Amino acid sequence: MFSLVRSMWLIFLHMFHKRETFQYPEQKAPLPARWRGRIALTRDPDGGERCVGCYLCAAACPVDCISLQATEDEAGRRYPEFFRINFSRCIFCGFCEEACPTYAIQLLPDFEMAEYNRQNLVYEKKDLLINSEGKYPGYNYYNVAGIAIRGKDKGDAQQEEPPVDIKSLIP
Amino acid sequence: MPIIHIDNKAYEVKEGKNLLEACLSLGLNLPYFCWHPALGAVGACRQCAVKVFKDEEDKKGKIIMSCMEPVKDQLRLSIDDKDARNFREHVIGWLMTNHPHDCAVCDEGGSCHLQDMTVMTGHSYRDYHFTKRTYNNQYLGPFLNHEMNRCIQCYRCVRFYKDFAGGKDLDVFAAHNHVYFGRQQEGTLESEFSGNLAEICPTGVFTDKTLKQHYTRKWDLTSAASVCQGCGLGCNIIAGERYGAVRQITNRFNGAVNGYFLCDRGRYGYEFVNSKQRIKTPMVYHGPLDKANGIPVLQHVQQRMKPGKTIGIGSPRASLESNAVLKELVGAENFYLGVSAADHDLVSLSLKILQQGPVRSASLQDAAAADVVLILGEDVTNTAPMLALSVRQAIRRIPVAEVINQIHMPAWQDAAVREAVQDNKGPLYILNVQETKLDELAKGAYHTAPDNIARIGFGVSHLLSSKMPEVKGMSEQGKAIAGEIAAVLKTAKNPLIIAGYGGGSEAIIKAAANVAWSLHDMGIDAMLTYTVPECNSAGLEMLGGHRLESAVDRALNDEAETVIVLENDLYRRLNQHRAEQFFGKVKDVILLDHLYNPTAEKATIILPAGTFAESDGTLVNNEGRAQRFFQVFSPDSAVQESWRWLLQIANTTGHATLSALEHLDDVVDHIARSYKVFEGIDTLAPHAGFRIAGQKVPREPHRFSGRTAMQANVNVSEPRPPQDMDTALSFTMEGYRGEPPSSMIPFFWAPGWNSVQSVNKFQVETGGPLHDGNPGRRLIEPHVNGHTPFYTEVPEPYLPLREHLLLVPLYHIFGSEELSIHTPGIAERIPAPYIMLHSEDAKRLQVTEGHLLHFTDNGHHYTLPVIVNDTLQEGVAGIPVGLPGMQISEAPQLIKV
Repeated sequence: MFSLVRSMWLIFLHMFHKRETFQYPEQKAPLPARWRGRIALTRDPDGGERCVGCYLCAAACPVDCISLQATEDEAGRRYPEFFRINFSRCIFCGFCEEACPTYAIQLLPDFEMAEYNRQNLVYEKKDLLINSEGKYPGYNYYNVAGIAIRGKDKGDAQQEEPPVDIKSLIP
Repeated sequence: MPIIHIDNKAYEVKEGKNLLEACLSLGLNLPYFCWHPALGAVGACRQCAVKVFKDEEDKKGKIIMSCMEPVKDQLRLSIDDKDARNFREHVIGWLMTNHPHDCAVCDEGGSCHLQDMTVMTGHSYRDYHFTKRTYNNQYLGPFLNHEMNRCIQCYRCVRFYKDFAGGKDLDVFAAHNHVYFGRQQEGTLESEFSGNLAEICPTGVFTDKTLKQHYTRKWDLTSAASVCQGCGLGCNIIAGERYGAVRQITNRFNGAVNGYFLCDRGRYGYEFVNSKQRIKTPMVYHGPLDKANGIPVLQHVQQRMKPGKTIGIGSPRASLESNAVLKELVGAENFYLGVSAADHDLVSLSLKILQQGPVRSASLQDAAAADVVLILGEDVTNTAPMLALSVRQAIRRIPVAEVINQIHMPAWQDAAVREAVQDNKGPLYILNVQETKLDELAKGAYHTAPDNIARIGFGVSHLLSSKMPEVKGMSEQGKAIAGEIAAVLKTAKNPLIIAGYGGGSEAIIKAAANVAWSLHDMGIDAMLTYTVPECNSAGLEMLGGHRLESAVDRALNDEAETVIVLENDLYRRLNQHRAEQFFGKVKDVILLDHLYNPTAEKATIILPAGTFAESDGTLVNNEGRAQRFFQVFSPDSAVQESWRWLLQIANTTGHATLSALEHLDDVVDHIARSYKVFEGIDTLAPHAGFRIAGQKVPREPHRFSGRTAMQANVNVSEPRPPQDMDTALSFTMEGYRGEPPSSMIPFFWAPGWNSVQSVNKFQVETGGPLHDGNPGRRLIEPHVNGHTPFYTEVPEPYLPLREHLLLVPLYHIFGSEELSIHTPGIAERIPAPYIMLHSEDAKRLQVTEGHLLHFTDNGHHYTLPVIVNDTLQEGVAGIPVGLPGMQISEAPQLIKV
């Protein structure tokens, strides 16, 4: 008898609690920054594509829904010739983001991707590439990598000595 | 056999090996960099450290480099010892201090020995936080990419390039922690074997430049066991495909053929598969009013197949299956060999000698074990490149065998043995029309006209055996050469005689046979190697057919209306005049081929035939070894194997026997039953029904990516993957994950070993044969106890004729082969057409280097720039064969200038 009354009392008290329900879609839920939602390709601080086409995201993907082809521009930078994610297969596990050595692929706090036509869930590079550095501002892979690209020669990266003069006789 | 104790477990190991080899042969994981089974040990990288103990009581032990320590009975060592493990981890740590943060943009990543070894030692966090050393890179030509920052100074590249392959333009520069591996100045690497650096280098300093153009990780490739189509040696390769294009060729170890290496034509000549000139759809030529549109192409073919008037022309670059099916389809009396008259004569004579004579044909590995080598009229570096690499190993064998007894060192102690050997070489004699790259190694290299080479060969055989005819009227110099060679051959144990198509002379082939046979008569275990021009030249000759010239005659006599041309460009086989006559006369030309070529211009029906990458089939190499190659990928166009097209044609015409055949196994079994000479080719690889644990063998690694996205742009619902009804391989990543039978290994991979070094795990012992034997089967065995049919007719000496030049064929590794020239990298290395003259001839004809020489042959006018080379004999002129723009198809021949 007592427990019945107690339950009713507790439920009655809920009338005065803060409401957890959001009136979606009129009202948007605040998502944490690390929410694993829509996948995007981000850019370097200098505006270049961060993705270097290393295929690690594709290899890490448990449902194999990422496919790409790496190529190189005239500056010596690698970039994906095409980059395709089949979101109708994606399980938003975030392994691709973890695998990415250049912070290019990032999962964003956005889940509003529903489509009536499944074919529309196939995202190409133009759909994925955003004009932002995403969660890692200031990072530029080529500043820590050893290869030379136009505008960053050998020895110009962080923690690098100038190139060895192989004809030098100094011990 | 000695017993060693590894981590307190007793193992029986082979004597004469080092501890690293012993451990790896036992299947244990021990990291290493500088050691390579083909190169031996130098102890440069300090990575293979283990701890050895005096006896069972010894608990302290000492750390040694396992690659420098020979196996001893009752030796106790520990791989797993804590000190040894720490040591190895620290060594990797030091090697990595300067290694750049490059893996994401490095082509080696995913098949990198350095990655594998770093993971194996457990070095996972970087302790070094200071600056990294950097280097500038060099341009090394169209085949290799150079990225020196990644170097770990293991010295493997120079040890392979200089010491093993005899290259001169790659070396180590600078000193201390600045050593640099590269060329003295930027430029194309000269060696024909430079591509192997991509596999020899344990990290990404040297990587495959053609792969970089369409980069794909190893784990994303759909691969299959294949056989190189570049020359007649039949080296084993692995071809990898992604998105419908072949991306990379890597070496497939075969202990009896190519071992660990490939030549650059084989490694880089694959891009014709992706060429824009590929024939992708069937085509029928007909007039605009013709009502034939819409009829299936096979019906068109059927309408044109006139009984008794249809002939078939086979091809030395098509598989045995395709040729045999064509022969059966048109009938043996209507089947012609699509090879030039010269090639046919030379190859059929070589085969006859190997089949009827008592001397065995040598495999590439047999050749590398010869103690004396005699090359007659052959520039092997250009006609059969990997054979040149074998010859280089052969001439090192005797000096090495001598010094290891003197200095009491095992042969794998590479640095010590090289120091002791110095420049000593085993005996190699070369007789050729001009200088060759191997001349620098030869005890004697002589240059003269083909007939004179043959005469010296006959002279040698006369000196070896009195049964042989004497060569009359030989010059003093010729006598001296023959005497010198005969004296050395008499002392040999297993000499190797090399001749073949490169000399363009039947007399040379006969002379080589005489030398080998007379050595055999003396009880010496001689070997004979004849080079053949194309990947299936030997197979086509063994299948048999009429000469191509008689097909032309038949057409000119109005006895042939329809000709089925199998994977062939007849303009390369006939002279232009004859080819025009032939095509002018026949009514219908049905061509099955991969690329548009001049023959395709004349064809009325073109059927798209699969290249090696889109076909299954069998090839027979110059040794007589039949080898199976497997389809790499299933094309999304109408391209299919030639034999399948021909079977479908047979089906529409209602051919009695062929209609019953459908899959590869049916065809192979049918050939094995029908031809005695091809007995056993049905056992080259497991049948299509073969399963391991109920599963097929996958062509794709378990990390293959992108399956649900690759075709999603076309249709989000994935199609069913293509099914392989012909073989026990599947086109997907599903299947048996263990080791497949050696004949069908699609890629080398073992847990923890992602790079090509994983081949260790597939071998009986390091450097030894694959687990269930080296793939392939010899179809030619010598006729041992029969009568030896010596050749007695000695050719007349070649004397220069006034106003005439003897054209001799000169071959080029890059350019003389029909398909590889469609690869951009190889096209870059093709020499321009030329005619090579002796300076006296040039003076007589009033031309000098670079001038254009005009001459007429067979009513055709030719103009070629002159190159002067005094190693040619006077009166002899060299012309390159097969180069684009070269139209002369017949050499040797005498022309009037």
